[in-house]
Amino acid sequence: MKIAPGCALFLSGCAGTQSVLNADGPSALALQNLIFLFFAVCGIVFVLVMGVMTWALVRERHAPAGQPPIERSMGRIVSGAVVATFVVITFLTAASFYATPSLDRGKADPPTILVRGQQWWWQFTYLDPDPAKTFQTANELHIPVGTDVRLRLEASDVIHSFWVPNLAGKQDLVPGRENGLTLHASKAGVYRGQCAEFCGLQHSHMALLVVAEKPEDYARWLNAQSGPAAVPAESEAAAGKLVFMRKPCAACHTIRGTEAAGTTGPDLTHVGSRSMIGAGLMENTRGSIAAWIADPQTLKPGNNMPLVPVTSEELRQLSAYMSGLK
Amino acid sequence: MKERIALDLSKLPLHGTGNASLTFWGTSAFMLIEGTGFALAIAVYFYLMSLAPRWPIEAPPPDLAAGTILTLLLLVSVVPNVLVSRWAKQRDLRKVRAGLIAMTILGVLPLIPRAFEFSALHINWDDDAYGSIVWTLLGLHTTHIVTDLVDTVVLAFLMFSKHGDNTRRYGDVEDNALYWNFVVLAWLPLYGCIYWVPRL
Amino acid sequence: MTRHGKIPSPADLAAGDEKAEAFLKATWSTPAGIVAALSTVDHKIIGRRYIATAFVFLMLGGVLAMAMRLQLAFPEARFISADRYNQIFTVHGSNMMFLFAVPVMEAMAVYLVPLMVGTRNIAFPRLNAFSYWIFLAGGLLLWASLALDTAPDVGWFAYVPLAGPQYGPGKRADIWAQMITFTEVSALAVAVEIVVTVFKLRAPGMSLDRIPIFVWSMLVTAFLVIMAMPAIMLVSTSLILDRLVGTQFFNPAEGGDALLWQHLFWFFGHPEVYIIFLPAVGMVSAMISTFTQRPAFGYLPLVLAMIATGVLAFGLWVHHMFVAGLPRVGSSFFTASSMAIAIPAGTQIFCWLATLWDGRPIFKTPMLFIIGFLITFVIGGLTGVMVASVPFDTQVHDTYFVVAHFHYVLIGGSVFPLIGAIYYWFPKMTGRMMSERLGRWAFGLIFTGFHLTFFPMHILGLQGMPRRVYTYPPELPWTGLNLFVSLSAVILAGGFLVFFIDVLRSFRHGPAAGSNPWNASTLEWATPSPPPPYNFRHIPVVESREPLWTSGDALAVATGLRLDRRELIVSSLTTADPEARESSPANSIWPFLAAIATSVMLIASIFSPWAVIWGAIPVAITLTGWFWPKRTPEDES
Ligand code: HEA
Ligand code: HEA
Ligand code: HEC
Ligand code: CUA
Ligand SMILES: [Cu+2]
Repeated sequence: MKIAPGCALFLSGCAGTQSVLNADGPSALALQNLIFLFFAVCGIVFVLVMGVMTWALVRERHAPAGQPPIERSMGRIVSGAVVATFVVITFLTAASFYATPSLDRGKADPPTILVRGQQWWWQFTYLDPDPAKTFQTANELHIPVGTDVRLRLEASDVIHSFWVPNLAGKQDLVPGRENGLTLHASKAGVYRGQCAEFCGLQHSHMALLVVAEKPEDYARWLNAQSGPAAVPAESEAAAGKLVFMRKPCAACHTIRGTEAAGTTGPDLTHVGSRSMIGAGLMENTRGSIAAWIADPQTLKPGNNMPLVPVTSEELRQLSAYMSGLK
Repeated sequence: MKERIALDLSKLPLHGTGNASLTFWGTSAFMLIEGTGFALAIAVYFYLMSLAPRWPIEAPPPDLAAGTILTLLLLVSVVPNVLVSRWAKQRDLRKVRAGLIAMTILGVLPLIPRAFEFSALHINWDDDAYGSIVWTLLGLHTTHIVTDLVDTVVLAFLMFSKHGDNTRRYGDVEDNALYWNFVVLAWLPLYGCIYWVPRL
Repeated sequence: MTRHGKIPSPADLAAGDEKAEAFLKATWSTPAGIVAALSTVDHKIIGRRYIATAFVFLMLGGVLAMAMRLQLAFPEARFISADRYNQIFTVHGSNMMFLFAVPVMEAMAVYLVPLMVGTRNIAFPRLNAFSYWIFLAGGLLLWASLALDTAPDVGWFAYVPLAGPQYGPGKRADIWAQMITFTEVSALAVAVEIVVTVFKLRAPGMSLDRIPIFVWSMLVTAFLVIMAMPAIMLVSTSLILDRLVGTQFFNPAEGGDALLWQHLFWFFGHPEVYIIFLPAVGMVSAMISTFTQRPAFGYLPLVLAMIATGVLAFGLWVHHMFVAGLPRVGSSFFTASSMAIAIPAGTQIFCWLATLWDGRPIFKTPMLFIIGFLITFVIGGLTGVMVASVPFDTQVHDTYFVVAHFHYVLIGGSVFPLIGAIYYWFPKMTGRMMSERLGRWAFGLIFTGFHLTFFPMHILGLQGMPRRVYTYPPELPWTGLNLFVSLSAVILAGGFLVFFIDVLRSFRHGPAAGSNPWNASTLEWATPSPPPPYNFRHIPVVESREPLWTSGDALAVATGLRLDRRELIVSSLTTADPEARESSPANSIWPFLAAIATSVMLIASIFSPWAVIWGAIPVAITLTGWFWPKRTPEDES
C-alpha cells in the first residue's frame, strides 16, 4: 500500500507528470495562467509581424522605391509600431508584476521542512518545535493538501534547484545562503520533481517525489516517520541488521533506534516506506534495493555511495532488512 | 570601377600626432578596458563588504604608512611625467632622455613601499574573502606599475639609440606618459578602498 | 624587399601606370613561404583565416551537438557516459560561444570593416595577427583537453562551487577559465582595432552619418566587448586564483559568495549575446539593402537602436539569476529592463519590413536567409520576452524551453544572417560566386531542420525536462519528442553539410564574381574581388551614404599616398577630414612569437602560479622585438 502512489504514478501512463501546464495549487496555476497569457499576446504579435512580412514580400509594386512621401508614411507606421510595442511590453510587464506575489505565498510563515540539496539526493528535515519529533527523510516529501507548506532551502555542497513544476516554480539552493519556497497542493496525489540546476555528474538523477495527502493521512505518516525504525521480525532481516552495523553502512547512514548514525547518506529509518530509491532512480522493491547495494556505481555512476563488498548471503539479508524498514 | 581624382593628399604630414595618432586612440581604448577592470574589482570589494558582518572580516584595517608614502610618490611622479610629455611634444631629445631616466627611477621607487603594503594588510590572500580582494587589488595595480616601468625602460633605451629622434618615438613617449597618469589616477580610488573604507 | 629602379610617384599611379601599381602591390603584399604566412599582417588574409577557423569550430561543435542528440534520442541510453556527456555539452556551449560565434563576428569585421570604410589595412595590424594566434591557441587548448578526456564539465558558465576548488577536481575548470582568457584577449584586441579603424581610418568624407550600418554595428559591438569582457577576465582569474593559490572569493565559509560569480559572469554574459547578435543586425541591414536595391529604411533609427541595445545590455544580467533567491523587487526591475529590449529590437524589425515593403526583393540565397532570420528571430525574441518575466521564468529556467530560446536567437538570429553573409561576401573574399542551387538546398534544409529540431524543445521544457541531463527515465512523456528532435537534427546537420560542400566547391570552381556582382552600394564592392593587398588603388572619397549608387560611372578618389611605404589616411573623428598620411606596420614574425610566449605563460599558469613570473619574461622580450623600429620606410615621420 505504501508504494501505491508511486506505482499508480508510473502505471497510469504518466499523463501530465512533471509538467508546467498541468498545474495544481494556486502558485502553479497563477503561473500557468500567466504563461497562457504570454503565449496569446506573443502569438498575436508573431502573426501580425509575419503577415506584414509576407505582404511586403509578395505585394505588387507600382511606384519606384524610395519616394519621399512613401518614406514619410513608412516612418509614421514604423513609429506607430514602436509605440505599439511599448504598449504591449508595458502590459506584459504589468502582468508579470501582478503574478509575482504568487511566488511568495506564505513567505511570512515559519518553515516546516528543511530541504538540503546534496550531490545527488534530497534530504528533508521535518522541523518541529519539539526536537524529539524532528526527523529526517530523503527524496520523498510528504505534504498535507490544502495548506501552504513552507520550505527552507539549503545546499550542502554545490548549487541545486528545487523544482516540482506542477506545484510551484523552481528555486535554487545556494551554499552559504538560505532560500525559501512554498508548496501548496490542492489535490491529493504524487508530483514528480527534479533538480534543475546542473550540479555535476548525476544531476540527471536527482529527482524527488512530492506526496500530497489528506491531512489525516499526512498526520498518520508524520507519526510513523518520526518514530524509530521497525525492529526486524524475521531472522533474515535481523541478520541483515547485524551486517548493516558491522559493515561501513552505518558510518554513512542513520537508522533511528539503532546505533547507525552516519550522516553522509540518506536517513534509512523508514527507507522501506519510500516508493523510489536513489533519488528517483528505481522503484523501491526488495530486488532493486539488493541491486543498489550490490553495485551502486553501475546504477548511478559517480554517486557518493561506494561499492561495499558483501557476500550474496549478506546481500539477501541486507535487502530484507532494508525493505522491512517501513 | 573608373576613378575620378577628387582630392590630393600629398601635402599631409607623414605621421599623425595628438588626436591624429592611432597609438593615442589605441592607448585610450586599452585604458578604457583596464579602467573597467579596476572599476569592477572595486565593485567586487564593495559587494563582499556588503555581505560581511564586519569589514575587514577578521583583521585590523591596514597600516597607513606604506600605502600613503606610495600614494605621495605616485602623485609627485605626475609632475616630471607631465614635463616629459611636454618635452616630447617639443621634440627636445636631451630633455626627453633625462626625463625618461627620471621616470624610470620614479617607476622603481614606488615598488619599495609597495613591497611593504602587502604585509601592512595584516592578512593573507587565502585567509578570507577580504584578504583575497585586497591582495588582488594591490596585485592588479602592481602589474600596471611594472608594465609601465618596463615600457619606460624600453623607451629610454630607444631614445638613446639611433631610432630616438623621430616623431613616432616622441608620440610613444607621450602615450607612455598618458598611461602613467592613468596608473596614478587608477590608484587613488584603490587607495581609498584599501586604506580608508575599512576605517569608516 | 629589393626593388630596383626609380620609385614611382603617386602621380604615376594616378596616371594609370601599371608599374606604379605593381610597385604598390609589392609594398603591401605577403610573400610566399611559411615564415611569411606566419608574419603577414594583411587584414584580409588574417580575416579569412579567422573566419575559416571559426567555421571549423562550428563544425566540431556541431558534431558534439549531434553526439548529444544521439545520447538523448532514447531514454536511459548508454551511448555516452555521464562524465563524457557533461564534457560534451560544456565544450559544445563554450566552443560555440567563445570559439565560434564571437570570433566569427569579429573575423567578419576584421575582413570587412577596413574595406567598408575605404582604408588599406586595419589599425594595429600586428595586434590583429597576434589576436588570431591567441584565439587559435585557446581553441586548441579546449579541444586538446576534450581529446584527452579532461575537458571542462561544468557548463559554459561554470558556476561555482561546482567549478571551484572543492567540487571541481583536476584541471578541468582551469582549462575552461584559461580558454576564456585566450579568447578574451583576442576579442579585446580586435575590438580595439575596430574602434580605432572606425574612428580614425575612414575614407575622406565618410562622416558619421555616412558610415555603413554594418560598420556601426561592429563599432557598437567593439564597445560592448571593451566594456563587458573585463568582467569575465576578472572573474575567471578569480576562479583560477581560488583553485590555484587558495583565495576565497567564492567560498561562503570565508566571506566569499557563490552568487558573486553569477553576477560577474552574467554582467559579461548578457552583453555577450548582443556581441553575437548586433553584427548580425549589421549584416542583415547591409544585405537587405542590396537585395531590395534601396537603402535600408531608417538609417538613424537603426543606428540608435543598436546603440540603445548596447547600453541596455549592461542592465539585464540578473535575468539569468531569477531563481537564485535575490530580492523580488530587484529582480522585477530586470524584468522591465529586459522587456525594454523589445523596443530597439522591434525598431530594427520594423525598419527591415519597411525596406522589404518598399524595395524590390530579389530572392537570392542571402535574401532567403534574411527571411529565415526574420521568422526565427522574432520567435526567439518573443520567447526571450517570456523568460524575461520573473514568474514565467521560475517555471522554465534551466529547462529545454531556455535551450530552445537561445538556439532560436543564436542560430536564427545570428547564424542565419552569418550564412547569408557568407553567400553575400564570399565573392568578394574569393573572387568566386557560390552556387545558387546548393544555396537554396542549404537554406531549405537548415531552415526546416532547425525548426523541427528546436521548436519541440519549447514543449519539452514546459513538460518539465531540465537541461544538462545526460539521460531521462522512460516513464516520463519526453521520449517521443526527443527522438523526433534528434532525427530532425540530422536534417539540420545535412543542411550545414551542403553549405560546407558549397563553400569548398565554390572556392575552386565557382564562376568568377567581378567586383560588384550584386550591385551593392558600399565601398568594399568598389575594388576587385578578391581585393588586392592594398585594398584600393586610390583611397575613395565618400560623397554620400551609398557611394556606389550615387557616384555615377566614376568613383571619387584621393591621390598622393606614397607607393614605397604602407600608407593610409588618418581622418578626423566626426567629419572624416584627412589629417595625416599614416604608415601601417609591415609584416612581422614577432606577433606570432609573442603569441607563442603568451600561450606558454597562460597554459603553464594552470599548473603553477610562478609561471606568470617566469613566463612574463619571454612575453616582454617578444613584445620588445615587435615594437622595436626596423628602419623601414614605415618608421619615417
Ligand atoms: C543572439 C543571442 C541572444 C539574443 C539576441 C537574445 C535576446 C533576448 N533574450 Fe536571451 N539568451 C541567450 C541569447 C540571446 N538572447 C542565451 C545564449 C541565453 C542562455 C544562456 C544560458 O543559460 O546558457 C539566453 C537566456 C535568456 C534569459 C534567461 C533565461 C533563463 O536562463 O531562465 C532571458 C531572461 O530574460 C533572456 C531574455 C532575452 C530577451 C528579452 C531578448 C531580447 O533581446 C529579444 C528582443 C526581440 C524581440 C522581442 C523580437 C522582435 C521584436 C518585435 C517583433 C516587436 C514586437 C515585440 C513585442 C511587442 C514583445 N534570454
Ligand atoms: C551559436 C551557438 C550554438 C550553435 C550554433 C548550436 C548548435 C546546436 N546545438 Fe547547441 N548550445 C549552445 C550554443 C549553440 N548550439 C549553448 C551556448 C548551449 C548551452 C551549453 C551549456 O548548457 O553549457 C547549447 C546546448 C545545447 C543542447 C543542450 C544540452 C544540454 O543541456 O544537455 C542541445 C541539445 O540538443 C544542443 C543542440 C544543438 C544542435 C543540434 C545544434 C545544431 O545546430 C548543430 C548543427 C551543426 C552541425 C551538425 C555541424 C555541421 C555539419 C556537418 C559538419 C555535417 C556532418 C556532421 C554530422 C552528420 C554529425 N545545444
Ligand atoms: C560512504 C558513504 C556510504 C556508505 C558506506 C554506504 N552508503 Fe548507502 N548511500 C550513500 C549515499 C550518498 C546515498 C545516496 C546516493 C544517491 O542517491 O545519490 C546512499 C543511498 C543508499 C540507499 C538508497 C536510499 C534512498 O532512499 O534512495 C540505500 C538503501 C543504501 N544507501 C544502503 C546502504 C547499505 C546497505 C550500505 C552498506 C552495505 C551503504 N548504503 C553504505 C552513502 C553511503
Ligand atoms: Cu542537483 Cu542538479
Ligand atoms: Cu541575457
